[in-house]
Amino acid sequence: MTEKGEDRLAKRRRGSGALFVEPDVEKARAHFGKKGLVSRNKLMSVSAAVSRFVHDGDYLASGGFGTNRIATAPLHEIVRQGRKNLGLAGHTMTHDFQILCAGECISRCDVAYIVGLEARGLSANARRLVEAGRIELCEWTNAALAWRFRAAAMGVSFIPTRIMLGTDTFDHSAAIEIACPFTGQTYAALPALYPDVALIHVHSATPSGDAIIEGLTVADIELAQASKHVIISAEEIVPEEEMRMRPHRVTIPSVFVDAVVEVPFGSYPGNMPYRYFSDEEHLNDWLQAEKDPETFKRFLDTYIYSCRDFYGYLARCGGIDRIVELRRREYMI
Amino acid sequence: MMGDYNSMELMIVVAARTLLNGSSVVVGTGAPCAAAMLAQRTHAPDLVIIFEAGGIAPRLRSAPLSVGDSRTFYKAVQATSMNTVMDACCRGCIDYTFLGGAQIDPYGNLNSTCIGDWARPKVRFPGSGGANDLASLCRHTIVMTSHTRSRFVETPDFVTTPGYLSGKGAREAAGLPPGTGPYCVITDLAVIGYDECLCRMRVLSIHQGHTREQVIENTGFEMLFAEQIGETSPPTKEELRILRDEVDPSGVIIGR
Repeated sequence: MTEKGEDRLAKRRRGSGALFVEPDVEKARAHFGKKGLVSRNKLMSVSAAVSRFVHDGDYLASGGFGTNRIATAPLHEIVRQGRKNLGLAGHTMTHDFQILCAGECISRCDVAYIVGLEARGLSANARRLVEAGRIELCEWTNAALAWRFRAAAMGVSFIPTRIMLGTDTFDHSAAIEIACPFTGQTYAALPALYPDVALIHVHSATPSGDAIIEGLTVADIELAQASKHVIISAEEIVPEEEMRMRPHRVTIPSVFVDAVVEVPFGSYPGNMPYRYFSDEEHLNDWLQAEKDPETFKRFLDTYIYSCRDFYGYLARCGGIDRIVELRRREYMI
Repeated sequence: MMGDYNSMELMIVVAARTLLNGSSVVVGTGAPCAAAMLAQRTHAPDLVIIFEAGGIAPRLRSAPLSVGDSRTFYKAVQATSMNTVMDACCRGCIDYTFLGGAQIDPYGNLNSTCIGDWARPKVRFPGSGGANDLASLCRHTIVMTSHTRSRFVETPDFVTTPGYLSGKGAREAAGLPPGTGPYCVITDLAVIGYDECLCRMRVLSIHQGHTREQVIENTGFEMLFAEQIGETSPPTKEELRILRDEVDPSGVIIGR
């Protein structure tokens, strides 16, 4: 190690970002002990799930990646029920971040990827909120948040990593430099992240919450383990016995799940691997509508506030005909 | 005056040529993905393409729209998790990665976080995404980008992603794995490497129809030049055919 390196470690370099979730493993153990491993029927409506498990001030995480396999129905419901002051794991978030910004639900965010919709461009509304300082940010990376979920899943308070070192990303994070007790190597210690509630959209689930994800799991296995409450949104509900015939296929076991909601086409307008493609036209409509605040207000009235539920929204977007078209696009691959 | 190819096609061909056969690369969407696909169809059939969301070695028929969409694991070796991919990067498995950013400095440090003051930015960008992870952990970082003064800056507003940080030895001093760092920058004007001692950008070749003066004019810092600068080898007919007919028939990436 160079002199410079030794000096830095002596100063225990740490990021200046806020720690939105304390890596309190004993508190987490108490929670998971009380929650227990429960396999009863947890089927309920989207509005009941959000009502019971998402409260003002909670720290929320959304699974999937970008606009792939997102839990749109609970996200819309969070906006409809007027949730405020939420913390957020901004992990690979695109349209889901747009939805929560539309409802002005978020007050603080751990940032891996937000505001942008990959090649489609940046969300004008999300930019407005962030640039005005309305959301307190702490910088991270994709691997950082995925590994922070892993630390929480392991029940330990931090995880040593080799990312972020030497950059402004580190300086605006809540990471701390440490030395390996065995080799002396510098690591970025990342605090465990225990979200209060995770929203994960899956391909199929039983009423008790045994869930299968087809395609990429992204960080959802760790997320389901790390989160104090897990809401599974499923394309279809299957019988318990059918899932028990193939326990090796289960991605998220029911014993970690708190609520199950049945939402066929529930990732719309996002992509659902093997089922339907993303609705690029509708995603573009969002981006265009956001440019003018008045236009966007009317857009949200149409597509969220005046819709009785997610199916009201789907109907407005073209309903079954639209889904069939998107399914054709997905199957073309 | 260029031949019968545009600058995006040239950049993709040059990028494809840098990927050795039998190596592995983590790519995003767009031009880097096209470069990897072209490499596989030309000199690097054993190139392993990986997407950070969990798609390992798909048989890419067309470029994905998103790093997590279905095309990224079409007939893949495995459709797995981000953790699996990032673990593999940290474990030393991955040779190349392609990155971009709003700003890049002489040491290859990248900005994809903000313009202006971080606390109240003029423009807020998405943040690192996987960029910092990949640049920290993969052996060679390749950047493909347009060559403008506003992009090639002396000091980025924010260092999201590590290049050589402040110069030789800085990555190792920070604790980043040895043997990792910026490899080259491919722009619409030139192919740029890094000086071994200074770890600063150094032009290796200039594209047909462009000049050294243009490179200097479009760079907001002192750009080094190799002693012997050649003209970038243009794309062959076969490379262009494969790129236009097989890799990007819709022309969305190459702009046709």
